Amino acid sequence: MAVSTSPVAGIERTGARELSLTRRARWGEALGEGAVKLIALTSIASVVLILIFVGKEALPVLTSSEVHKELTFGGMFRPSAAGYVWQPVSEVPKYNIVPLFVGTLKVTIVSLFVAVPLSVAAAVFVAEFAGKTMREIIKPAIELLAGIPSVVVGFFALVVLATWVQSVFGTEHRLNTLVAGVALSFAIMPVVFSVSEDALRAVPDSYRQAAIALGSTKSQVVLRVVLPAAAPGIAASVVLGFGRAIGETMIVILATGNAALLDADLGHSVRTVTATIAQELGEVVVGSAHYHLLFFLGALLFLSTLVVNAGGERIVTGMRRKLGGGG
Amino acid sequence: MENVAPHPLQRRQRKSDTVLFGATGLATLLILAMLAVLVLDVVIGGAKTVTWSFLSEAPTHGMTAGGILPAIVGTVALTLMMTLAAVPAGVATAVYLTEYARPSSLVARAIRVCISNLAGVPSIVFGLFGLGFFVSTVGRGIDKAFYAGHLTYGKPALIWAALTLAILTLPVVVVATEEALRSVPRELRDASLALGATRFQTVFRVVLPHALGGILTGAILAVSRGSGEVAPIMFTGVAYFLPYLPKYPNDQFMNLGYHVYVLATQSPDVDRTKPLLYGTVLVLLGLTFLLNLAAIVIRARMRRRLLA
Repeated sequence: MAVSTSPVAGIERTGARELSLTRRARWGEALGEGAVKLIALTSIASVVLILIFVGKEALPVLTSSEVHKELTFGGMFRPSAAGYVWQPVSEVPKYNIVPLFVGTLKVTIVSLFVAVPLSVAAAVFVAEFAGKTMREIIKPAIELLAGIPSVVVGFFALVVLATWVQSVFGTEHRLNTLVAGVALSFAIMPVVFSVSEDALRAVPDSYRQAAIALGSTKSQVVLRVVLPAAAPGIAASVVLGFGRAIGETMIVILATGNAALLDADLGHSVRTVTATIAQELGEVVVGSAHYHLLFFLGALLFLSTLVVNAGGERIVTGMRRKLGGGG
Repeated sequence: MENVAPHPLQRRQRKSDTVLFGATGLATLLILAMLAVLVLDVVIGGAKTVTWSFLSEAPTHGMTAGGILPAIVGTVALTLMMTLAAVPAGVATAVYLTEYARPSSLVARAIRVCISNLAGVPSIVFGLFGLGFFVSTVGRGIDKAFYAGHLTYGKPALIWAALTLAILTLPVVVVATEEALRSVPRELRDASLALGATRFQTVFRVVLPHALGGILTGAILAVSRGSGEVAPIMFTGVAYFLPYLPKYPNDQFMNLGYHVYVLATQSPDVDRTKPLLYGTVLVLLGLTFLLNLAAIVIRARMRRRLLA
């Protein structure tokens, strides 16, 4: 709440303030205010600088003839004689980025299949069934899950989860899409859970009371009244979870096996966009075609998360407005 | 009344209540179980490794023996420097948004959009940005201007990694501080202003001290987040192995999270490094958990005080 709307603060403008302040204090006031305002612009400056400096290194992929000697824009998407191949370090480097994006999508979809049902169900449990004490245990526990560094989850997938998955499903590669997808779900479950839970809690109690008064059972209230009313928020939670999943790096770098294969087999290894950047940027020649292409991948990733997150946020604010500013 | 059998429809409905309760409860349990399995595995696997000498010695024998002291020192130095940048910037942003700007003003709305966007940017993109902006542009610029082109700041360094992480954690600080500032009752501000304090005095001597708990929560969450991130520091300052501890802002450094990545992927002898790997993970997880727990406790206490 801005102080300027307060009736008492209005006194400032009457001139009483002028009398009570020495000139030095007034200078200090202006300086302090100016500093706060200037520093507050950091976030805007950061976003603009990210756009400029990632964009600057990415742009040669589209414009530089030097870069086009080694890779063409069409060649990044269309298959070569060898098919869709990402092989940047070889005699004839092949820069087809299709397998990387398909890899990212494969892992992300698996993780959503694991995370969404579990987290939405848990959100229903916490919002509709759990008592106060239970809620105060479950919510911080899931916050703790969100606090686990992704490299730790990746380590767990690499050392423990991969062995389990292989012994249960008998997968061809030890590190594969399934392992990475399940591990990635650790990272997105807290997002899906907390946004869904907020959405469920934003549904006004009058909806529930009306349904109960009409003779509905608890399950009817939840399934036919509360969930439909919160549906946009739950959809948003899935969108935001998706945005989180495609940008995750350390989990997939450790758990996918990082082979840029293009197929639908969940037991096969994949290579994601993020892992490609993380693994290859350290060894690439600055200014080479490969270097610019990695920044180009980063720019694509940046733009897609911007779009996805903006979409998610829009749904959330739209729902808040519809339900009367709850939550 | 007691002898009337329940209507068949009614009984089925009650069963569906139980099923829904059971199914959602089970899902919740499963998530908590996944958390528990991960934590238990790390604790059991790392407990034997984490001794005083593990914490106080440098890695030896090509990182197949010894401890992780440089990684701990590097992580602490990194997050400390990051906090020095992120907390003042985040607090100033939150103060501007809640105390100065009208919610409908264009600048305030632009700041909000940027904060929520920053929170969604993939961490690897921060790494690209840190390399392109801090290392190659700012660092090289400093070298040209002050060091006659000698490679001093135009390379991956502690300060560039810290600043990259500061931008990444900025939204965490802003969101927590804003929440805390909003919970300060308006009467306090009105009283301060009525006594003749200026708005700046009111903010710094009345509002901010009152919101200290929330700001602390934000800072702790930022430190926890920053100490676990690996992707943003990969190209901006972290080193695979260093025989010395970082002393200057332009030194490279070792880092717990990166050490885990290196031990997990690039070890010459997997079986011999596995205990070291588990030990490092346990230290990292313990560090972030303690920080998160502290933040949760402080926040819960703050909320309780607010309700009282």
